[in-house]
Order: sequence, then structure tokens, then C-alpha cells
Amino acid sequence: MTDIQETTIWEGDIQQLKGLVSERALAGETMVLNMGPQHPSTHGVLRLMLELDGETIISCVPDVGYLHTGIEKNMESKRYEQSIVMTDRMDYLSPMNNNLVYCLAIEKIAGLDVPERAQVIRVMLAELTRINSHLVWLATHALDIGAMSVFLYCFRERERLLDIFEIVSGQRMMSTYFRPGGIWRDLPAEFFPAVRSFLEDFPRRIEDYERLLTENPIWLDRTQGIGFLSADDAIKLGCSGPVLRGSGVNWDIRKAIPYSGYEQYDFDVPLGVHGDVYDRYLIRMEELRQSLRIIEQALARLPEGPFRSNNRKYVPPPRSELGQSMEAVIHHFKLWTEGFSLPESEVYVRIESPRGELGCFLRSDGGNKPARVHFRTPSFVHLSALPAMAKGYLIADLVGIIGTIDIVLGDCDR
Amino acid sequence: MGLTSKLGELGIVTVKLEDTVNWARTRAMWPMLFGLACCAIEMMSTQASVYDVSRFGMELMRPSPRQSDLMIVAGRVTRKMAPVLRQLYDQMPDPKWVLSMGDCASCGGVFNNYAIVQGVDEIVPVDVYIAGCPPRPEQLIHGIMTLHERVKQERLEDWV
Repeated sequence: MTDIQETTIWEGDIQQLKGLVSERALAGETMVLNMGPQHPSTHGVLRLMLELDGETIISCVPDVGYLHTGIEKNMESKRYEQSIVMTDRMDYLSPMNNNLVYCLAIEKIAGLDVPERAQVIRVMLAELTRINSHLVWLATHALDIGAMSVFLYCFRERERLLDIFEIVSGQRMMSTYFRPGGIWRDLPAEFFPAVRSFLEDFPRRIEDYERLLTENPIWLDRTQGIGFLSADDAIKLGCSGPVLRGSGVNWDIRKAIPYSGYEQYDFDVPLGVHGDVYDRYLIRMEELRQSLRIIEQALARLPEGPFRSNNRKYVPPPRSELGQSMEAVIHHFKLWTEGFSLPESEVYVRIESPRGELGCFLRSDGGNKPARVHFRTPSFVHLSALPAMAKGYLIADLVGIIGTIDIVLGDCDR
Repeated sequence: MGLTSKLGELGIVTVKLEDTVNWARTRAMWPMLFGLACCAIEMMSTQASVYDVSRFGMELMRPSPRQSDLMIVAGRVTRKMAPVLRQLYDQMPDPKWVLSMGDCASCGGVFNNYAIVQGVDEIVPVDVYIAGCPPRPEQLIHGIMTLHERVKQERLEDWV
């Protein structure tokens, strides 16, 4: 048994919080309350220090790092293609998007071109992941506010998506399916009927969710006018994704700086008006529908052809070539023993993850391991917007406000 | 439950105390609602409609450690989280059990670095380890069933 410092029970006096809480709290007029890291509605291990006047939140100070995994540092000791498994475990609700941003960064440095088929498959799976992530958001958000049945319905549909991911990659959640230069393997035949039946079925399910929530008076009371964030503040705080669009700012990286061929798809970016929890809810519900549209278009235009690049310096040769070509054996041996090296360079790429702008900064020093990887994760940025959104609302509204920024602590702390 | 004898029409059943207590414990083992990372999502899947762990008397996840019997350590435990986890364990009333769910909780998993506790058994006693990254809900249920089997083996002298 490791010795653990007995520091968990805070016995210091309130004066130690000087600078974090207001003068009124130091004088004992307001109450300082700890929330988390073990709390049913903090979506993981978020810890908040709340200063309350009665039930009204005066200030809210997040304490992050309870899930700091050292992923960025760990990736420096792994080869480029080995550390894809690390990215899955950052934002564990949208693993494919994390794979995508990391692969895009590698491809940008290497100058690898991705075949059309792989691009379309990537878009399709990234959108399925978005639906997957939004379903967990809806389930937990509704559960926090008190609607238990939505949780059960959302997870029922989510299982179907996980089955699809299992068909393509063999894993339910941590798929590690995207690789530099394309994808791991071509889509199996079972994928298409599974996706088609999901596409057929899911619009009705969205209607079911909306019938449960959208006009539900309890839901309206708990979400409308709560967690207001003005467009100016949202931009200043660096918000992105549904949080930013909820305030009416038209910014979607899929439209603004298209990647993976998103410019070829026809979809709308839903925008909010009021900038409150309810508008962000509506936006994410609409995004579910738009993702379905993108998947339908991707299925229709899925071209034949290779599913990964033919650049043998970065992409292993297919097994069929190994028996015939000496060069293929050499490339295979090199790639599986020491991996590929990237020229000295640094890039920053960004994609639209379900939560917002997910960026990857990658610096290579000529070796086969990254010199530095940094992820700009939306949850971390949105957590810094939480105090601004929570200020002045009741403590009961806080669970709704945490839910509305769709925070994933693995994404935040990495 | 081992019925040792039935006494005619008196409506009385005699059983061994151990068996009755163990039966009761396995039939209502409330887990603590305590998710850490990726495995917590699979734990939620296990709770939800398709896998429905309430078949095993676990429909209630208790957010308070004072009301829970089973701690499912679902996810990677960081050095910052470790004291909190231990405090939660200490707050749980006896009898209590710990399931280490997933590779990270069991042995650190892929994260062999400065931030992650290399196995939650460094800080709390673990009854059942579940491998997988993350384990499938079936695996979690298998782990729970294994724990139930273990609890059924407990004898009176173990309690006193």
C-alpha cells in the first residue's frame, strides 16, 4: 500500500482562499461549497469550488487535473503510429475524431495524400461518432435534470452505433481505426446494412427524444434562460462548437476551414438565438439530423478504390504483396520495427469535434517519435467559460450548465 | 440458497445463516455511482437498457459512498484522484467490495507514466479485476457474477 498524504479533508481557514473567493466570503457572509470530484452530475471527476449567497452562485472556480493522464508526454515516448491509441482515450466519447485530428497532423507534415475512399469513410465514421457523443450528452444531460427515460432510450440507440464501430474496427469504443494515410482496413460488407438500418430508424428516434423533452414544461423551466452566454463573451472565452453556435455565432470548422472533403457535403449549421441551455440543446438535436444527412451523402458517394495511401514510406504494404515483392518486405520490416520518421516541422490542425474545435499541435524533429504533441481540447476551454455561465444562477441550475457544455474530463485534463 | 429442510405445513424453512446473509448481500449489492474515465461510459452502458444490470439487484447506483456496497473503479486513477478514492472507500460502510474495472485501474494499462497510479490495488483492496480497455459490459457483468460467487463462499468466521 502506497502512503497517501492525508490532505483530503481540508482543515485550513477560509483566509487561504484569498484571491479565489470574494471579500464577502472571507468575512463569512457567503458560503463556500465544494462540489466534486465525486458527484453524480459532474460527468467524471470535475471539482468546483462554489461561492454561494443563499442558493445563488456568486463565483465558481473549477479545479481540473483529477484525470490528468499525461497523454501528451506519453506520446513523446511512442512512435507516431503507436500513439494513435493514446488519442482514443482522450475524449473517450468521440475517439474517431481524436484519431482524425492526429492523423491529419501527421499527414500534413508528411505530405501524405489520403485516397478519396478513405476520406469519405472518415467523414462517415466521424459523423457517426458525433451522433454517438451527442447521444451520451443527451442521456446524461437529461438524467441530470431529472428525465430518466431519455437516458435509457439514448443508450439503446448508442448500442447500435457501438455495434457498427465494432464491425469496422473490432472494438466498441477505442477503435483506433484511422491511420496516417487512410484507415486500418476496408469497410466490411456487414457495415452497410447496419448503417442503412440505423439511418432509416434514427430520425424516428430523434422525434421520440424531442417529444419527451422539447415541449416538456419541466424541461423548459429548467433550461430556458439558464446559463446565458452572449456572443461576445463566447468569442472572448474561446468557445467553439455548439456552445459558440448557441450564442448565434456562425462558426463551424467543417464549413469555415473544411478538412477531409467536408466542403463537398451539403449540410446546415444550426444557430441559436438566446444563448441559453435550451438553445444549445436544440442545436445538438439538429446536429444529430445534419450528421445523418452527411452520412447519407457519404454512403451515396462512397467511391471504389484504395482505402489507404500507396506511399510505402508511411503506409504498410498489403499482405498479398509480401510474398511477391522484396521491396514490400523491406517496407513492412522497416515500418514494424522502427516506424516512419517525419521531417523536422511543426503544424497545427483543427477539426470540429462534437464538443467544438479540437486542435492538434505536432512538432517533429526528424525522428520516429513526436518531439511535442499538444491538443487544444474544447472541454478545457469550455470549462473556463463555465464560471461566466454559472454566475448569478441557482445552484440547482449548475448541473444543467455543466451538462450543456458537454464536458468530458478526459478531454479536458488529458 | 441451501435449503436444509422443510418443516411440513408450518411455513418454516430452516437455512444456514451464512447462506441467507450471503444470498441477501449478492441480491442487493448497490454500486457507487462513481465514474472516472472511459470505463465509466461502459459502466453506464451496463446500467442502461440493453445490458440492464438491475437483473442482478443493482438498479440503484448510489452517489453517496455511505449508501453503497460496491465500488467499481471505472477508469484510470491519477495521483491527484487517489486520496479522494481512498477517502470514498473509507466512507463506505462494511461489508464493502471493490471491482477494478479495466486495464488502467487494474495495472495502469497503457499509461505507464508519472500521472497514473499503476493499479488501484496500491490504495484499496481489490476483490475482482476485469481486464479490457475498456471491458465490454458483458465482461463487467461477468466480473460482478464472479464477485457474487466469491461473496457466496464467505463463512461466518470471516465476518467475526
